[in-house]
Amino acid sequence: MMESQVISAASLLGTKEYLAPGHRACLGCGEALAARLVCKALGEEVIIVNATGCLEIISSQLPYTSWEVPWIHTLFENTAAVASGIEAGMKVLKRKERYEGKAKVVAMAGDGGTADIGVQALSGAFERGHNFLYVCYDNEAYMNTGIQRSSATPFGASTTTSPAGKVSMGQATWKKNMPAIAAAHGIPYVATACPSYPFDLITKVRKAIAIEGPSYIHILAVCPTGWRAPADSTIELGRLAVETGIFPLYEVEAGKYTLNFDFPELRPVEDYLKRQGRFRHLSPEMVSKIQERVNSEYAELKRKATVSKASIRYYIIEDKCPGCGLCVNACPREAIIAMGKKKPVVLDEAKCIKCGACYDACRLGAIGVE
Amino acid sequence: MMRKVGMEASFAIAEAVKLADADVVAAYPITPQTHIVERLAELVANGELDADYMPVESEHSAMSACLGASAVGARTFTATAGQGLELMHEVLYVASSLRLPIVMTVANRALSGPLNVWGDHSDAMATRDCGWIQMFAENAQQVFDLVLCAFRIAEDQAVLFPTMVHIDGFHVSHVIESLSLLEPEVVNKFLPKYQPPYALNPDKPLTMGAFAAPDLYTETKKPQDVALRASKEVIIQVWREFGELTGRHYSPVETHRADDAETLLLTMGSFGETATVAVDNLRNKGQKIGLMKLRLWRPFPFDEFREVATRVKLLIVLDRALSFGGPSGPVCSELQAALYPLEVRPKIISFVGGLGGRDISVETFENMIHRGLDRAERKEFGEFEMIEVRE
Repeated sequence: MMESQVISAASLLGTKEYLAPGHRACLGCGEALAARLVCKALGEEVIIVNATGCLEIISSQLPYTSWEVPWIHTLFENTAAVASGIEAGMKVLKRKERYEGKAKVVAMAGDGGTADIGVQALSGAFERGHNFLYVCYDNEAYMNTGIQRSSATPFGASTTTSPAGKVSMGQATWKKNMPAIAAAHGIPYVATACPSYPFDLITKVRKAIAIEGPSYIHILAVCPTGWRAPADSTIELGRLAVETGIFPLYEVEAGKYTLNFDFPELRPVEDYLKRQGRFRHLSPEMVSKIQERVNSEYAELKRKATVSKASIRYYIIEDKCPGCGLCVNACPREAIIAMGKKKPVVLDEAKCIKCGACYDACRLGAIGVE
Repeated sequence: MMRKVGMEASFAIAEAVKLADADVVAAYPITPQTHIVERLAELVANGELDADYMPVESEHSAMSACLGASAVGARTFTATAGQGLELMHEVLYVASSLRLPIVMTVANRALSGPLNVWGDHSDAMATRDCGWIQMFAENAQQVFDLVLCAFRIAEDQAVLFPTMVHIDGFHVSHVIESLSLLEPEVVNKFLPKYQPPYALNPDKPLTMGAFAAPDLYTETKKPQDVALRASKEVIIQVWREFGELTGRHYSPVETHRADDAETLLLTMGSFGETATVAVDNLRNKGQKIGLMKLRLWRPFPFDEFREVATRVKLLIVLDRALSFGGPSGPVCSELQAALYPLEVRPKIISFVGGLGGRDISVETFENMIHRGLDRAERKEFGEFEMIEVRE
């Protein structure tokens, strides 16, 4: 547990940027934000393989690049295959003493490049057991080409190829469960993450790259442009997706599910849907249909999640706490109250969602967990 | 230095890859390429080849994995055929634009539909604009030699292009022949370890495969074309060196009894051997006929081809592929294009045959030549004619 504290403290992430600023992402892009955090968590010892899509387009245009780490883009659907070739090449060259270093291979793709056109290559790479991390930035449609639906587009969303119309209510199918598909390969590590929960995201990336073998992180990348939402709502929408149970944050380690953020009561899905133009046309009946589906999927996830952080309790170790306020700032729920300088903070357990952000933020070991 | 053995051509290819000490082999099985990759898997399994054998889930991923492996500096090999080459299609362009010296043998196969696993050149012709070096071998010895040369050519710092070595599916791939292998010391000297000028490595971060907008795309394509054309000189040089080493000589355009010929038959691939017999038979009957074989298909050897072709009055060209609705077979239309700018040029008669593994016998070649001469006599040049087809 000490280890997770060290690797997750925001201040220890460093100021170095690996996805340099100056790229061409839209205002409020959740994918660029997520990629920046992923890269900070990865550090320098990495080779990134990027699928065609938003991230590739915003960060590379001859003669410029935003990448401060080795980076390759080839095609749309083959990212996992290219990554597996790099991993195999490095492995054999190291054996033959013609390559040095311990770079981790990390593939990155959008939801279309992962769940649709790239799913075969990804499945093959998982099955072969390559030592690599695959990160899917899921913005829930083909945003780069103009908001066309993908299999990861949520039910009811209006996109340019699943438009809401007089006889259509938008996307007519339920979102493909890509993390479950990844987990079904029996790979050592699968997780969901969202940049609205940066400590959780960073911890998961660090955990994934420390694992030998394939790992998969599915990140919800809020897309204000495609979701028809204000550019400053990215973080909030990410939180709402998690708090409504629409995008729960969990891990699957060797088949064992852990729900990282549990809520005694989920917020109604409407709180999330009504903030986005893509769901504007939904009737109350459609909203209740979505609510029912979310309820049942969340219940199913909770049934599988044998170890939930909900069963743990955080508390303040008062004699170690100087009241510095790092945890106060880190808490997403204002559950920690500052009591003034040099006085220990107070944790309101009724508000605490057991996310562990305070535990990760504290540098003095003043947060206890039981 | 050399070891004479009896060996299936597919195994000879695997032997060449072993001698080249390839680092990564990524492949997906497809008839008639299977014996090549099976043998390679066996060599790796027995520790005779220290490589990572990647049994990928498709040809698209095979070529994609090759991109990755080559991008970190691994000597990379794959093999495919027909539909497999087609499935790789878009990846082939990326390999050549990233200048990754992947070597691939293609056991040429017809394209569906209808499904047909036997040999013709439809797959090769569909990939002629991918920016790869492409050469054709006629038998086990040649493909063994050309695969070794292909690594050396592809990895030359002045070249750095992926290279395909074509053999005819079954007609070459599955035939057991006598050939001379080379000793490892000889190969090691001829083919030193690959030293990539650029490789993906955190020591020196670089961006590979950035996209290009209209303001720069053309500027990336022009040098690629210039470099591919220029690679011909290196190819000739490497083949010359290989010839000095082994006594086996290769040229972009090879001829048989062409010196005083008035008519040349032109073929690519394994049918060159059958055609040789047909030409000899007709020579014995006093006809001034010779044979021209295109060894190098890309970069197209314009000078070498024109030099030989302009010595004769008539070219009879056999294509083993169709360009549906097009001017002739794909090889023939390229030859026509190569000759058109010349003031004095031979007439051309175009035949298409040997599709989907249909054999062409010595007798058929002789008939084809007679038919070609007859048509030329009557000035019936027109479009192509398909040989031995039931209508």
